[in-house]
Amino acid sequence: MRKSLVRALGALAATMLLSTTAHAEDTFKIGLIVPLTGPFASIGRQVENGVKLFMQQHGDTVAGHKVQVIIQDDTGTPDVSKRIAQEMLVKDKVDALAGFGLTPLALASAPLATQAKKPMVVMAAATAIITEQSPYIVRTSFTLPQVTLGIAQWAAKNGVKKAVTLVSDYGPGHDAAKTFKEVFSANGGEVVEELAVPLANPDFAPFMQRVLANKPDALFAFVPTGLGSAFMKQYVDRGLAQAGIKLIATGDVLDDENLNQTGDVALGLITSHHYSAAHDSAMNKDFVPAFKKVSGGIRPTFMGVGGYDGMHALYAALEKTGGDKDGTKLVEAMKGMSWESPRGMISIDPDTRDVIQDVYIREVKRLADGELYNVEFDRIPEVKDPVKAAKK
Amino acid sequence: MSAVSETGLASRAAAHASLVAARRLRPAEIAFWLMPIAGYFLFPDRLALLSEIAILGLFALSLDILLGFAGIVSLGHAAFFGLGAYTAGILGKYGWTEPLSGLAIAALVAGAVGFITSFLVLRGNDLTRLMVTLGVSLMLAEAANRLGWLTGGADGLTGVMIGPVFGVFEFDIFGVTAYWYAVGVLFVLFCLARYLASSVFGLTLRGIKGNSLRMAAIGAPVNLNLVTAYTIGAAYAGVAGGLLAQTTQFASLDVLEFQRSAEVLLVLLIGGSGYLYGGLIGAVLFKLMHDLLSDLTPQYWQFWLGILLVVLVLSSREGVRGLYLRVAARFARSRHPGRKGGAA
Repeated sequence: MRKSLVRALGALAATMLLSTTAHAEDTFKIGLIVPLTGPFASIGRQVENGVKLFMQQHGDTVAGHKVQVIIQDDTGTPDVSKRIAQEMLVKDKVDALAGFGLTPLALASAPLATQAKKPMVVMAAATAIITEQSPYIVRTSFTLPQVTLGIAQWAAKNGVKKAVTLVSDYGPGHDAAKTFKEVFSANGGEVVEELAVPLANPDFAPFMQRVLANKPDALFAFVPTGLGSAFMKQYVDRGLAQAGIKLIATGDVLDDENLNQTGDVALGLITSHHYSAAHDSAMNKDFVPAFKKVSGGIRPTFMGVGGYDGMHALYAALEKTGGDKDGTKLVEAMKGMSWESPRGMISIDPDTRDVIQDVYIREVKRLADGELYNVEFDRIPEVKDPVKAAKK
Repeated sequence: MSAVSETGLASRAAAHASLVAARRLRPAEIAFWLMPIAGYFLFPDRLALLSEIAILGLFALSLDILLGFAGIVSLGHAAFFGLGAYTAGILGKYGWTEPLSGLAIAALVAGAVGFITSFLVLRGNDLTRLMVTLGVSLMLAEAANRLGWLTGGADGLTGVMIGPVFGVFEFDIFGVTAYWYAVGVLFVLFCLARYLASSVFGLTLRGIKGNSLRMAAIGAPVNLNLVTAYTIGAAYAGVAGGLLAQTTQFASLDVLEFQRSAEVLLVLLIGGSGYLYGGLIGAVLFKLMHDLLSDLTPQYWQFWLGILLVVLVLSSREGVRGLYLRVAARFARSRHPGRKGGAA
């Protein structure tokens, strides 16, 4: 509370001084732009907490620079995102942009990164094409095709013949539906219908009726994190489970923050994703309680991990350039970098600047602490984004 | 006979004189328009925010033409803003990069749709108008969502290229061109609106707002005037949307969303409607409050903004202008304690 008050006063003073203050040469400024209000606020909070935790654990001094994070709320609106990014570059003279909770937000700001020649670390947004929009974009989250691949293969091998896909009607959703269909068909399955639900304020009920009418073996679903609980409720209420329609999904639908509220209906559901709070590694066992302490008891999701790893990428790059803040050099330094994340080993693809990581097949179980978790039982090692890999 | 025509002539001359007087530039107005110039020099690194204020101001001005002059309430004014934004954006994406003509086309498209929908809107009373305007904007928003091949759907319209203004001034990362471009367009359109407001057309609109039956009885074409006002308001909103798309080189579904319609209404209420400057003043205050508060508390700024707005509305029903007038009246009264304050 005290700290935020100080920060508030600082911001006020800065506004009043009209930014004529000289910028200390030895700071490394990171402009963190995330949605902190509106329907996707949970994404922003996760990323913010991930960033905070990383800085708590690793200090705020790197290669002689004091790291300063300026956080701004873009309300999930692209033109606000872009305006904030522009102001951070021009006014605050940030050395890197980071955050970006949703695809349109990242796409709107991408040209600025190119113009300003500053690294733009995408910590959340997950459409495959994002990293192609600017040579300065590095991604530490995931791509939808990357995590869809696994569940499509798993479904085809585990007795699912007919499937319906249901996705949110925007970039990542289209990516997910397309990848699922390709991989599932290549492995002998058949997608009988593809449904797209509006991204904003979706009403899943009529779509569930369509799924019921098709009588598939399984329903493949992707909705962005935050909409998962509404989706699960309709899945249960409309009796899809009783009709024997198995639900398979990417981990977004059953993210670690909301999984507990979904309740027992989630038990046994199979998803594929790159991070679970139940990931079995020494690092993650430390990470989860530490994150909860920062976030006020909220479990980390893949978004929080994306923020945490994004900071790692920036810290390590600055270390590698020996404190040189030049944007081009920082991006070069991040290419090919690999490190251990709470989700396991990850690396940045030197060709695409996208993340390469293991993807896990998980089942929802109740663990010893009485909470629901996605428990990993199968692993597909070092998955590259299949969309960009196919273009080569 | 001659006596009648004489008084007719005299009243006509008086009306003419009052119109001319209304058009005269007041010192306060000159001071107001020096503000954007001062803003440029005082806040050279906040130009993006200042451009946004200018665009929001123009958008609020367009609503003022509807609400403040014609008395047409609208909950879906973003429809025209969004149409303009997508028109200008799509033109830019497919090679029509000249900004001013792009803006003109955006105005035409929004104006055309405004003209067509005005007949729906004008059929009902206030409550049905709210519903119809809201419905039109929701339909357009959904259409933009569905036409993903054209509008980019929920991902937004990327790859918008805009050429230099007048073929000389490139849009730069500091937002200098964008700022002067937005302010320039706002100024020109404001002058036009100011001229219209003090023209016979503008006065007729005020009359209709006051009592449309009586205006019809003295032979003023009520519906024609309202259709014209609605079309002009729509075209203005289209220009504002076009400006946003051109200066950010991006357009996404939120330009059509209800939130934007509600926000612009709020801005107009803050500034006060019916005297043209309300939208601009409201835009300045709203954006500055928003910016300051979201800087202080990125998570909870909406809460504080809400409180400020409630306080403002409670203290004055006509926005800051009402507040100003009340304070001014009180001063006048305390200076002349003998007189009763105000004109009823």
